[in-house]
Amino acid sequence: MASLRDTHIGTAPGKTVLSASDLHRVVDRIAHQILEKTSGATGTVLLGIPTRGVPLARRLAARIHAFEGIDVPVGALDITLYRDDLRLHATRALGKTEIPGDGIDGRRVILVDDVLFSGRTVRAALDALSDVGRPSSVQLAVLVDRGHRELPIRADYVGKNIPTAQSESVRVSLAETDDGVDEVRLSGSEDPR
Amino acid sequence: MIKHLRSAADLDAETATLILDTAGEMAALAGREVKKLPTLRGRTVVNLFYEDSTRTRISFEAAAKRLSADVINFSAKGSSVSKGESLKDTALTLQAMGADAVVIRHPASGAPHRLASWVDGSVINAGDGTHEHPTQALLDAYTMRSRLGRLDGLNVAIVGDVLHSRVARSNVLLLSTLGARVTLVGPPTLIPIDVAAALQPGLKVSYDLDSVLPDADVVMMLRVQTERMQDSYFPSAREYSRRYGLDAPRMRKLPEHAIVMHPGPMNRGMEIAPEVADSSRSTIVEQVANGVSARMAVLYLLLGGKA
Amino acid sequence: MTSYLIKGVSILGGASADLLIKDGVLATGSADGAEVIDAAGLVALPGLVDLHTHLREPGREDAETVETGSRAAALGGYTAVFAMANTSPVADTAGVVEQVWRLGREAGLVDVQPIGAVTVGLAGKQLAELGAMATSAAGVRIFSDDGHCVADPRLMRRALEYVKAFDGIIAQHAEEPRLTEGAQMHEGEVSTRLGLTGWPAVAEEAIIARDVLLAEHVGSRLHVCHVSTAGSVEVLRQAKARGVRVTAEVTPHHLLLTDELAASYDPVFKVNPPLRTAKDVAALRQALVDGVIDVVATDHAPHAVEDKECEWAYARPGMVGLETALPVVLSVLGEQWELIAERMSRAPARIAGLAGHGTDLTAGSPANLTLVDPSARRVVDPAELASRSRNTPYAGTTLPGRIVATFLRGEPTVLDGKAVK
Repeated sequence: MASLRDTHIGTAPGKTVLSASDLHRVVDRIAHQILEKTSGATGTVLLGIPTRGVPLARRLAARIHAFEGIDVPVGALDITLYRDDLRLHATRALGKTEIPGDGIDGRRVILVDDVLFSGRTVRAALDALSDVGRPSSVQLAVLVDRGHRELPIRADYVGKNIPTAQSESVRVSLAETDDGVDEVRLSGSEDPR
Repeated sequence: MIKHLRSAADLDAETATLILDTAGEMAALAGREVKKLPTLRGRTVVNLFYEDSTRTRISFEAAAKRLSADVINFSAKGSSVSKGESLKDTALTLQAMGADAVVIRHPASGAPHRLASWVDGSVINAGDGTHEHPTQALLDAYTMRSRLGRLDGLNVAIVGDVLHSRVARSNVLLLSTLGARVTLVGPPTLIPIDVAAALQPGLKVSYDLDSVLPDADVVMMLRVQTERMQDSYFPSAREYSRRYGLDAPRMRKLPEHAIVMHPGPMNRGMEIAPEVADSSRSTIVEQVANGVSARMAVLYLLLGGKA
Repeated sequence: MTSYLIKGVSILGGASADLLIKDGVLATGSADGAEVIDAAGLVALPGLVDLHTHLREPGREDAETVETGSRAAALGGYTAVFAMANTSPVADTAGVVEQVWRLGREAGLVDVQPIGAVTVGLAGKQLAELGAMATSAAGVRIFSDDGHCVADPRLMRRALEYVKAFDGIIAQHAEEPRLTEGAQMHEGEVSTRLGLTGWPAVAEEAIIARDVLLAEHVGSRLHVCHVSTAGSVEVLRQAKARGVRVTAEVTPHHLLLTDELAASYDPVFKVNPPLRTAKDVAALRQALVDGVIDVVATDHAPHAVEDKECEWAYARPGMVGLETALPVVLSVLGEQWELIAERMSRAPARIAGLAGHGTDLTAGSPANLTLVDPSARRVVDPAELASRSRNTPYAGTTLPGRIVATFLRGEPTVLDGKAVK
């Protein structure tokens, strides 16, 4: 359907900006950067933001384990109940929140998400996080930063910066959530619903 | 998403499952030190109670407050309700106050349906006459699912005064929607006329509790008011208790995994023996805790999106 | 007195003819000077007679008065209505029935014939002064505690016997009260689903069965109000076959509506006896055609807004019906004019012993008649009703037939579908 609509409006069909192998390299690089910037990921917890932040966080933990043999606790932090745009959409189903057994108090939390855009999701995540506990610091890792920030928020780890037009859409597919496909595509303006 | 929750029949399987899943997330959040969520900030929930029911009102109040909604309690005592203001006039007042949701408890069946025709906000039925109590059914289903892992294919016996029970009606509708098999058990005088045709084709009725217990995964005991004796629904509390009360010997006829539920308040010694109510099979205390989570889920799903 | 020439009218669906009204009666001869009414396409019926109307005056003039109810009746094609006794004060004395009768004459839109209460205050304990009401100016012949059943079998027997002295008739509201305590709607599948206390069919059937046996035993006349169940029809069929002097009525709403409508919990559908099932509706229609049921009577029951805009259980039972009765019957029976005239005019007049109504439209008869446009369709709008109350169950429904004109003793009460006063 998406390609049909793209053709119809005369834009090139969505183009792949990260292939599967690109994506794997990018995850590897972020894992290395985390190890570097956190002195071996000690006292660190990775919290993925549903939906695709959660498998990304798990992949990062798996790569960190592969590189250094370190087990970083991984969890999920759903931010739906903290969103500032609930009234603009039909009611959203909640995602899972799973905080690792030892909690987050006094630890370095790295929030993981697929795309950084307006920054509002991260703002909501910071609110949600403060209701869960008191981390010593919070960092942010994203696969793609597409710009257009509406809040003073930046990422500590960025897989790839992709300059986009506001009307374009970035679509991240991960094997765990998207029928085994790993890729990132950029496509023309979506039907503005 | 649906706008009102007037009857368990308002819920299809998909919506009901979504509410139970959401209730599960809400329950997980309830374990944290900070229980409050900002989700319904700026929204107004009115608890309009025409009957005393402290437990249900508190449960809704806790649910709304944990979601940061403003809560206004409007009860029959100390308000214009007791001065005889009509439901319609009260509805127009609530409308003028900008109520986003009205939780109504009322002795007349169908009062939530009437209210929904007079206000713009969502109407949530917190028990109407002898009709329904859909959030009770949701918390019951949630409790069953968390104890037994599923609802589909469960054998559920609902025992007692089905005729006057709003809990029974809502449970039959919701459980059937979610794939459970319900058997109503009680004296014939307390089983409503044409009940299968009315609520669910295939609904079973039994007048013999002992024959139902060996196959039951869940036994839900309904409160039986002793006043029913005066209307000749049964001869005496003693006879009722002997034939339809759940005591320890009867409880032993249940399969190992089966649970015992009661919507409360209980008549210990009448429909349920104290050693059953306090046994490890009993979910009665859990039901109360789950009530808050289920009601949070309902409030979120009705009010958490675009109106 | 103005003379009228009704031109090109179809009498009871027959060939086009003219009707001349002179000095209050149907006449033959010269139509010189008569006002001509073009009645092409219209059907003439004898003025309808309603054996069962609640006019609410005295006591609840906010819901209806004798005058507003009379206007509603005229607009519905009626020339006579029988006003039920459950007013405040109750019509259980010669004084009250004469008051209602006089108010009816003053309004001058239909003949208002009071029904007297059977028991003092409708309390079911002690006979009211039936003889005094019978010999009053109102000339009461029908007695009923309608709204309440004369439940005490001994009292019912006495009442049936006592009114024989003046050819009276007891119209029974058949409802065994012990079986309907707290009842809100028909007991069955729908009441179970809605959690509303049921009104079992047997509560009606048991009283009718008892009463036909009592009437048979004492050789009296019995009239059964608003029959609503298939079982009641069977009891009546057997009683009539045995020669019991029993007559029965059915309301338009019981011929059309079912208990499923209660699912809205809108009390506009709350009525006593309650709306029943589709099976009952079918049996009642058949009985009306067969003659097991003699009469269509409206049970016109106006209620103030606050008595209906509330919870179902707190609402008063009843529906207005005078202005929609004929359209509903037309939609149920079709254009069976002969049958309609029998069930809505002749039979009720005969049962009540009411002279001058329900007569054939032939020369010399009093000019009590109504003209109907059978091809018209009307969407019922409660705001347009002449009744002071708005509790019609047909709001938004399209019904066939429009009453164009009604004449009471040669004077028009309705012309061009509008009340003349």
